[in-house]
Formats: sequence, structure tokens, C-alpha cells
Amino acid sequence: MIEIEGLVRRFGSLTAVGGISLRVAKGEVLGFLGPNGAGKSTTMKMITGYLAPSEGRITVCGHDVVEEPFQAQSAIGYLPEGAPAYPDMTPVQFLNFIAQVRGLKDEAAKKAIDVAVARTGLQSVLEQRIETLSKGFKRRVGLAQAILHNPPVLIMDEPTDGLDPNQKQAVRGLIRAMSAEKATIISTHILEEVDAVCTRAVIIDKGRIVADGTPAELHAKSPTKRLDDVFRALTTPDAEIKAEAVA
Amino acid sequence: MSFWNATYAVFRREFEGYFATPLAYVFIVIFLLAMGSFTFYFGQFYATGRAELDIFFGFHPWLYLFLIPAISMRLWAEEQKTGTIELLMTLPIPVTAAVLGKFLAAWAFAGIALLLTFPMWLTVIYLGSPDNGVIFASYVGSWLMAGGYLAIGSALSALTNNQVIAFVLTVVVCFMFTISGHELVLDFFQSWAPLVIVNAVSSFSFLTHYAAIMNGVIDFRDIIFFGSLIALFLFINVIVIDQKRAG
Repeated sequence: MIEIEGLVRRFGSLTAVGGISLRVAKGEVLGFLGPNGAGKSTTMKMITGYLAPSEGRITVCGHDVVEEPFQAQSAIGYLPEGAPAYPDMTPVQFLNFIAQVRGLKDEAAKKAIDVAVARTGLQSVLEQRIETLSKGFKRRVGLAQAILHNPPVLIMDEPTDGLDPNQKQAVRGLIRAMSAEKATIISTHILEEVDAVCTRAVIIDKGRIVADGTPAELHAKSPTKRLDDVFRALTTPDAEIKAEAVA
Repeated sequence: MSFWNATYAVFRREFEGYFATPLAYVFIVIFLLAMGSFTFYFGQFYATGRAELDIFFGFHPWLYLFLIPAISMRLWAEEQKTGTIELLMTLPIPVTAAVLGKFLAAWAFAGIALLLTFPMWLTVIYLGSPDNGVIFASYVGSWLMAGGYLAIGSALSALTNNQVIAFVLTVVVCFMFTISGHELVLDFFQSWAPLVIVNAVSSFSFLTHYAAIMNGVIDFRDIIFFGSLIALFLFINVIVIDQKRAG
């Protein structure tokens, strides 16, 4: 449902994404791993149509993101990094705005909001202004916004960042519960999350894919069978040497 | 999601946003106090002994110079600062619709502040028999001029994520658009430049067109001037935002 081919993004002389190709099918939960600045967020920003690619093609549900941005964006639910939301609105106002933009009307909008609120556990804070909410609730508002229109494609940039262990657990459960019907991409720094929710993991370093496989396959790459070691071996400066060592 | 639905959704969110915080109330109070004090205190309204509002309307360009940038500075700078622009631009909303919706909300808000000066009108009706056609035309002219300032401010706000910078830039640019019709500037040009140049400089000025409308004649050319100025700066606004996302 998501097809990326030869994706490149340059910022001036800096190449943030240097030729990424991948496909994500329905039912897959793809975990983007990589150090800070590896190009994970930039890739997500291009899939969702926020940034235009310098080179390459992205298709979401058959719609080219550059040629038919609105068709593609309608099929995507996106949680940007840091879960931005309008601070002066309450969650219910914010979700109503999203529903309106998503073309949901009256009953359909009400139903979609009820479902999203129930799934993200926002009932207790619906009438509080978003700027007064805790980090965990803000993140859940962002999640509710992303899943509101029940999109076939979910893109989430660090969905569990800043949540406490219980909330992390709940969000992972939510992603798993929805994953069968969707193509999902999440980015994360937390390697255990890959085992917990992902059916496939891609490690990105310096804008390129350095590993792609099921969590089990990645584990197998290290003699210690630990994902941390694989991650470190593949993404530290002398990665090539170490990558050979683990191969 | 049609263009106008998207525009309306953004308009509504923005417009309600003004009243969700003290911003709207503080602004309106300051606006009315400034309008009143300038007219009565500096303008010696009573001393003129005439049932006219030209003193009141004469201060508008100069008060707008500081009050309108205070509305426009946050339009895009705040979105960029809080990261909500990424959310907005990944929803199926055309950039033009977002720019237009935000502008119209700000313009409607400025219109409300302007309408709340109606006690001035009542005052002159009580004191004498003013030419209501002239007053009505002046209100229309003032609102059109506010739209011009706002469009400039909106475009400049998109250049930065710092509201203070947006404010200062807008004041400077609006000042140039205002002062270019002032006698001091025109005298300076008249001393050496051909009449064509003097007229060109003057014709770009808000003052020239506003003064024409204030005489009670809503000339089509003055409406075209403000209309095309607004369109031009909103177009620049769209380009600035597109440029930031281009590959």
C-alpha cells in the first residue's frame, strides 16, 4: 500500500535521505530504526506530503504523493514528531476540526470522534485546553487525530516518546489492534518496541537502509542475539567494518 | 474535500481561535481605546464642531500600522513554531485554502473590531446630521485597507517562526505602503522626478486610495487596488510556504 522508490531528499548540500526504496503491505507494521538525524522523520514527512522529495517516487494506495497529494493524504493518518496540536483548542474542538477537514459530517463525524476518543482514552480531558494537558495526553490527542478517519495507512513518528510505561503499553496495544487492516510505519528509538509491535524492521543510517528484515532476522545478525548490538554495529561511524563482523 | 470546504474549516478554526484566548478581547479593548483616544484627544474631535468622522477615519492608517501586524504576526509564525504547520500541510487541505482561510478569519476579526467603533457614528448622529453615505464608504475603505495590511502581514509571517520578527517586518513594509502617499514623500519626489513617477509612487499608497474612498466615493479602481494587493500578497504567502517544502 506504500511504495517508495529511490527516495532522495537534500537540504542544500546536506543529503538527509539518500536513496530509500521500500514497500509496505497491508497488515505490516514497519519499524523505522536509526540514530538521530538518520533520515527517519524526513522520510515520513515525504510520505505524508509535507516535504517534496528531491528525487524518487512515493505512492500511497495507488496515488502518487506529488501528483495527487490530496488523494494520498486522505488515505494517511499521520502523527508528526512531538504530536503537534493547536494549544488553544480542547481535544473535542480539535477532533471536530480534523473531522471537518477529513470530510466527515454530522453523525459520521460524531461516531468517528467517539471511536477515536475511546481507543485513545481521552474521555476525561475532552473539555480541557490542549496546552494544559500532560505530555501523555497530548500524545494521545495526536494519535486520536491520526486514526480519526480510519485510514488504510498509518504513519507515526515516535508514537510512544515521552509516555510512561503503562501508556507505552497501551499505545502499542492500540497499534497492534489496528494493524491487521492497515499498512503502518512507526519510527522509534526504543528497540524493545520493535519486538513488541513490528512485523518488520528497517534500520536507517545516514539516509540509507542498512538492514531490513523481521525482528527475528535482525536478532540473528548479532552473535549476542540482541537488537541493541545489531543497531550499534550498523549505525556507529565505522559501521561497515562492524557490519561485516556481525554478518 | 472541496476547496471551499477546506477554506471554511480553516476559517472556522482560526476565527474561533481568536475568541478561545484573551487575545481577541485584549485586542478589541486596545483597538477601541486607541481609536477613541486618538480621535477625541489628539484629533480634537469636539473642538472642530463638525458632525463628521473624518478625524476618526484619518487616524486609521496610522493605528493600523501597529494594530494590524499584531493580528497578522502569529498567522504562520506560530504554526511554524509549534509544528502544527506539519499537521495542517499533511491534511488534505490545499495550501491556497489554508492561506485564504487564515486570512479571511483575521480579516473578519479586524472587521468586528472595526464595527465595534459604531458608538462613534452614533455620537455624530446625536450631535448633528452627518453624511451617512460618506461614513459608510469610509468604513468600507477602512476595512479594505485593513485587509491590505493583513495580507502583507500574513505573507511576512510565513517567512519566519518568530512572531516578533514578523511584527517588525510587517510594520516596516506597511509603513512604506502607507507613507508613499504622504505629502512629505511626494514633495521629495516632485522636486526632481517626472510626474509619472510621482503618480506611480502615490498610486501604490494605501493613503491615496483610502483618502479617495473617505471622500464618500467608492471608486471601482480603489477597490481593485486593495483587492489586487491582497491577492498579490496572499499569492506570495502561498509561494513562501510551498518553497519551504520544495525538494
